[in-house]
Amino acid sequence: MGFTGIAVGAAMAGLRPICEFMTFNFSMQAIDQVINSAAKTYYMSSGMVSVPVVFRGPNGTSAGVGAQHSQCFAAWYGHCPGLKVVSPWSSEDARGLLKSAIRDDNPVVMLEHELMYGVPFEMSEETQSKDFLVPIGKAKIERPGKHVTLVSHSRPVGHCLEAAAVLAKEGVECEVINLRTIRPMDVETIEASIMKTNNLVTVEGGWPQFGVGAEICARIMEGPAFNYLDAPAVRVTGADVPMPYAKILEENCIPQVKDIIFAVKKTLNI
Amino acid sequence: MRKMLLAALSRVLQGPAAARTVARVVVASRTYADFASEATFEIKKCDLHRLEEGPPVTAVLTREEGLHYYKTMQTIRRMELKADQLYKQKIIRGFCHLYDGQEACCVGLEAAIKPTDHLITAYRAHGYTFTRGTSVREILAELTGRKGGCAKGKGGSMHMYAKNFYGGNGIVGAQVPLGAGIALACKYFGKDEICLTLYGDGAANQGQVFETYNMAALWKLPCIFICENNRYGMGTSVERAAASTDYYKRGDYIPGLRIDGMDLLCVREATKFAAEHCRSGKGPILMELQTYRYHGHSMSDPGVSYRTREEIQEVRSKSDPITLLKDRMVNNNLASVEELKEIDVEVRKEIEEAAQFATTDPEPPLEELSNHIYCNDPPFEVRGPNQWIRYKSAC
Repeated sequence: MGFTGIAVGAAMAGLRPICEFMTFNFSMQAIDQVINSAAKTYYMSSGMVSVPVVFRGPNGTSAGVGAQHSQCFAAWYGHCPGLKVVSPWSSEDARGLLKSAIRDDNPVVMLEHELMYGVPFEMSEETQSKDFLVPIGKAKIERPGKHVTLVSHSRPVGHCLEAAAVLAKEGVECEVINLRTIRPMDVETIEASIMKTNNLVTVEGGWPQFGVGAEICARIMEGPAFNYLDAPAVRVTGADVPMPYAKILEENCIPQVKDIIFAVKKTLNI
Repeated sequence: MRKMLLAALSRVLQGPAAARTVARVVVASRTYADFASEATFEIKKCDLHRLEEGPPVTAVLTREEGLHYYKTMQTIRRMELKADQLYKQKIIRGFCHLYDGQEACCVGLEAAIKPTDHLITAYRAHGYTFTRGTSVREILAELTGRKGGCAKGKGGSMHMYAKNFYGGNGIVGAQVPLGAGIALACKYFGKDEICLTLYGDGAANQGQVFETYNMAALWKLPCIFICENNRYGMGTSVERAAASTDYYKRGDYIPGLRIDGMDLLCVREATKFAAEHCRSGKGPILMELQTYRYHGHSMSDPGVSYRTREEIQEVRSKSDPITLLKDRMVNNNLASVEELKEIDVEVRKEIEEAAQFATTDPEPPLEELSNHIYCNDPPFEVRGPNQWIRYKSAC
């Protein structure tokens, strides 16, 4: 609460602070400053006070850290108008989104993933350049496909690509979409994809109830893509329990590649 | 010459209004040489915590300053009473926390700082919104939720802002870390600015306040923490709320002063002292202003279930900040009773006009609800209560 408020106040007074949470689990205590002081102020002041602050830190599961340190906050922060929420998967995402977040004049929550910190990615010259930005609010198609759309964010994007590789051997071509931004969500990219593939599976690490997948399904129903669905949309999520410690239990609380493959096959009825 | 003028006038002006009008004419014909240009007053010594010496025990008040402070305090007083009236007429809704009784605090503080300094407070903010430069009509129009309000009607009572004034904050205590953050920016930019961070006796027990004390002291932020102790946190008296009611000592390693918050000069001198402390790089300092609110906590609180009417009356008769200033000025020939009455009339008129505006200005157009969600973003669609109601943000 203390240092989060200090970061927000410094942003109000003209600096561009980056407030780091050791993990977003600790941000729950400070969430009043993130929502009430940061997200809402530009609106309440009718544009008089802007808050160009970035909140960043690891979000979601780790390895064996127990229930209090494993929660995903994408749905919590994604719920609030006035905030922007980004969730990088690759190194390119992390670099580009952080730069965009810092340059953005709004409060941005950047949900990183601890287990991705050590994963190397190929990066082009361009993505390593000084002004390389990943735009906030635009999803990326990591792998084009034509039979089913997999929508994901953060670490599960990697699992989706693995699942897609396995399914490709069986003749199922998955289109994998990396959301990159939770709020404002790029629904257009998802809709365009569904209008091509006719099937939707969402994949996230967070809990199912009121989650990112739930929002995607609701938005698809409201838009043109609904009429293109051949089957109800399916969600793959974290298990609906506080995260247990024992390795075998923890593993089964996180969406795995096999869970994604199973969901795709169920959707396609194969 | 003057005697002839007066005689002529009293012949001409007959009737019951004559006495009043003649009095006004008398005032107009007096010159400034009749008044002292300044006077020196003894003010209460402040209780000190971790300070070798405190603010001076005398203060000089010039006639000009006095008239300005008087008008400002009277404006705030009448503005708050007008808000009370409008609230009872249901023209103001929701929360309304009134500041009458505490005027010496906001006026005294402002008198000791520069417009380039920064200030943040909690929800009892109308007084500060005014002293930090917003007009009465914009404040009242914000309370009545009209487009001419200082936040275009989107903020309401608790969310009014101005240049170098960061509100108006609804969550108790949240403004304290924000204030230290502003002070951090002041230090970072190196322009010799400070931040006044206000909170009440209720908020003084909040955890984040102590977190903020720690960081402000550690990093020597130019932050003046100011506890406006009006003796009651909503309906809970300080004795029932705090293990230690010495709020000026609660900063522990942060030096503190306890000040008579009903005496504008006390507040001003103490703030000058505190501002100097911060500007010289010594780090934060804490001021406890002992003050009093005549109204209840908010308009939903009659204010008499946890304190007696006698207590309120006693403060009004013995310690009212406006009366205190008036008596000082009149008794020391800095102004006349009539002159101050003139100011009263002027203020009343200004408030009436502002209230007229606040009750007749139209409400903001529906489209306004989709504006100011994001700063510097291109227009985007904002969802209404159902998927078919969509607004386009214009800014």
